[in-house]
Amino acid sequence: MDLSYTRTEEAFRAEAREWLREHVPAEPLPSLETAAGFAAHRAWEAELAAARWSVVSWPEEYGGRGVDLAHWLVFEEEYWAAGAPGRVSQNGVQLLAPTLFDHGTAEQRARVLPSMATGETVWAQAWSEPEAGSDLASLTSRAVRTDGGWLLSGQKTWSSRAAFADRAFGIFRSDPDADRPHRGLTYLMFDLRAPGVTVRPIGRLDGKPAFAELFLDEVFVPDADVIGEPGQGWRIAMSTTGNERGLMLRSPGRFLAAADRLVGLWRAEGDPADSALRDRVADAVIGARAYQLFTAGAAARLATGAAAGADSSLNKVFWSEYDLALHETALDLLGPDGELADGAWAEGYVFSLAGPLYAGTNEIQRDIIAERLLGLPKGRR
Amino acid sequence: MGFLPTDEQRAFARSLDAMLTASDTPAAIRAWAGGEPGPGRALWGRLAEAGVFALAVPEAYEGMGPLPVELAHAFVELGRHAVPGPVVETVATAVLLGELARLGEPGPAKRLLPGLAAGEWTATLAAPATRAARHPVPYALDADRADAVLVVRGEELWRAPGHGPVRVSADPARRLARPAPGGELLAEGPAVAAAAAAARRWAMLATAAQSLGVGLALLDRSVAYARQRTQFGAPIGSFQAVKHRLADTLLALEFARPLLFGAAVALADGRAPDGDLAAAKVTAGEAGYGAARTALQVHGAVGYTEELDLSLWLRKARPLRDAWGAPAACRAAVLAPYA
Repeated sequence: MDLSYTRTEEAFRAEAREWLREHVPAEPLPSLETAAGFAAHRAWEAELAAARWSVVSWPEEYGGRGVDLAHWLVFEEEYWAAGAPGRVSQNGVQLLAPTLFDHGTAEQRARVLPSMATGETVWAQAWSEPEAGSDLASLTSRAVRTDGGWLLSGQKTWSSRAAFADRAFGIFRSDPDADRPHRGLTYLMFDLRAPGVTVRPIGRLDGKPAFAELFLDEVFVPDADVIGEPGQGWRIAMSTTGNERGLMLRSPGRFLAAADRLVGLWRAEGDPADSALRDRVADAVIGARAYQLFTAGAAARLATGAAAGADSSLNKVFWSEYDLALHETALDLLGPDGELADGAWAEGYVFSLAGPLYAGTNEIQRDIIAERLLGLPKGRR
Repeated sequence: MGFLPTDEQRAFARSLDAMLTASDTPAAIRAWAGGEPGPGRALWGRLAEAGVFALAVPEAYEGMGPLPVELAHAFVELGRHAVPGPVVETVATAVLLGELARLGEPGPAKRLLPGLAAGEWTATLAAPATRAARHPVPYALDADRADAVLVVRGEELWRAPGHGPVRVSADPARRLARPAPGGELLAEGPAVAAAAAAARRWAMLATAAQSLGVGLALLDRSVAYARQRTQFGAPIGSFQAVKHRLADTLLALEFARPLLFGAAVALADGRAPDGDLAAAKVTAGEAGYGAARTALQVHGAVGYTEELDLSLWLRKARPLRDAWGAPAACRAAVLAPYA
């Protein structure tokens, strides 16, 4: 058992640290969840990509450095420790890209990935529907065969940053006669500015237009934008959620940096006599370390060829609850100022409130843990 | 970076598991609690034979150590099988004497370590659980069964002449007594304080590992029970409330595990990672205790009886959570570097 970094990993860390020290904006960018902030974050992605830091684990031909997961974890530690901006490309990079690596064609990868790496094209996720949240397989938006492609109709909703994004990816019902709800679904990519697409922004809990619903009325999608085989959408999407819940969605670096900032806040604002609050700060430090080590073990297992599997559900429940607890502690440390809606902690808090909901609610994850890891029987949901 | 057990470590844990499974530990635990230490002593001999105590004894004194990662693997199995007796305290004693020797006081190590590694005799140790503990000399575990009762008082190491009355713990297999005052002064000076700190680190590691093992055993039994116990015409394990509680229990244990082995690796690297050990101790301790609460809830009233072997694990979880560093002290230690 070994927790030391290789010489290459350490050199990579030093190179990343140096570049970030010189390039991370001195002032935080405006909120990613607003039009101005979105544009500023897109420009930052271009700057990252120009130095090939935006997608280090991708092959070089798409703008990456071809490094392994261990290097990516190192980069993430440095990235978040440097106080660098949030990632506007995250939906595409963490969800669509792994899907294309596993199920896309060489042509699709060559066409989609380079502009994703630079932030030139920002992708939104179009999975949920008003009547299909946790029960995603009950979705009703349709893909109907037409000459040279498909016509999409229906409604998608709660799509993060779709108000500002360029393109979207989602699952549509292509065979209404399939014998099971999760059969007869097809995975497609489409343009948010195509004829027939109406995007209506929805204010998030803090009022920022970070959410959107999409109304689709016979939106044409060429065959070239179908991922995998028609009818295989469910299987392909589920392989994506493994990525979404797993390692790629939240790196430990993010939480190590947040825990450090929390300790700083506690030292500045904490009442030394308040041992209850002190214990919660300690738990944030412990949790960040636990997540870092858990991830190190998972990465080592993946490197031996093991599949992430249901372990990613453990991962997802842990970080989402951890993130929320950390931000609640921060707001408590801020005292009366904890109520103020501006500032990094407030923004982080609102974002963390969504953690237990997206990427499969934590209740769904607990079912998966109980059934697949503990072998408990399926029951009524 | 390869944060995975080696094949040898896995095989070692498996062989201990097999040996303990064949040893009928529940009978030994009940006998130990009931004033019949024979089967527990026999078990002790088999653990020594398997090299468990030698892991904490330096090679110069006929041991194989210090090997904290292997020791953590071993103590997860000891927890999984709820092995009774002062196993943690014997390891802590071995580290204390070995460290004293390294710091230029080899006398006690020469005299005592080879027998300790071979399992010829057992030791218990009373030392403050933290540097700033409110109870400078706590209880010594199983003082009436150990061959030597060692006591750390400030910068003095004593071999006590005996012990006070034996008190019953919440876990009947743990027997608590205060060491008697006086006895033989084995060593004194700053080296004693330094060696005691090292002993404390290993005691925290071994106790955290036991907590994890106890929690894993409780979870296994609870899952098995929830699959076969039916109510309302269905296995209770198909009910979401039960499933989610068991899922949370697994989650807590699986996130304690990397902290435990991360701390062990840091110890193996020759560091003194007090914060890492404290983090592992509180997390594994709380996870083990949480598993006990879940196990009791899932089993219902039958879990509230002594009749099930489950009780042997249920009652161990909380004392282990608090021994060698209770949660509040551990959390304070985690933040100490930042204060």
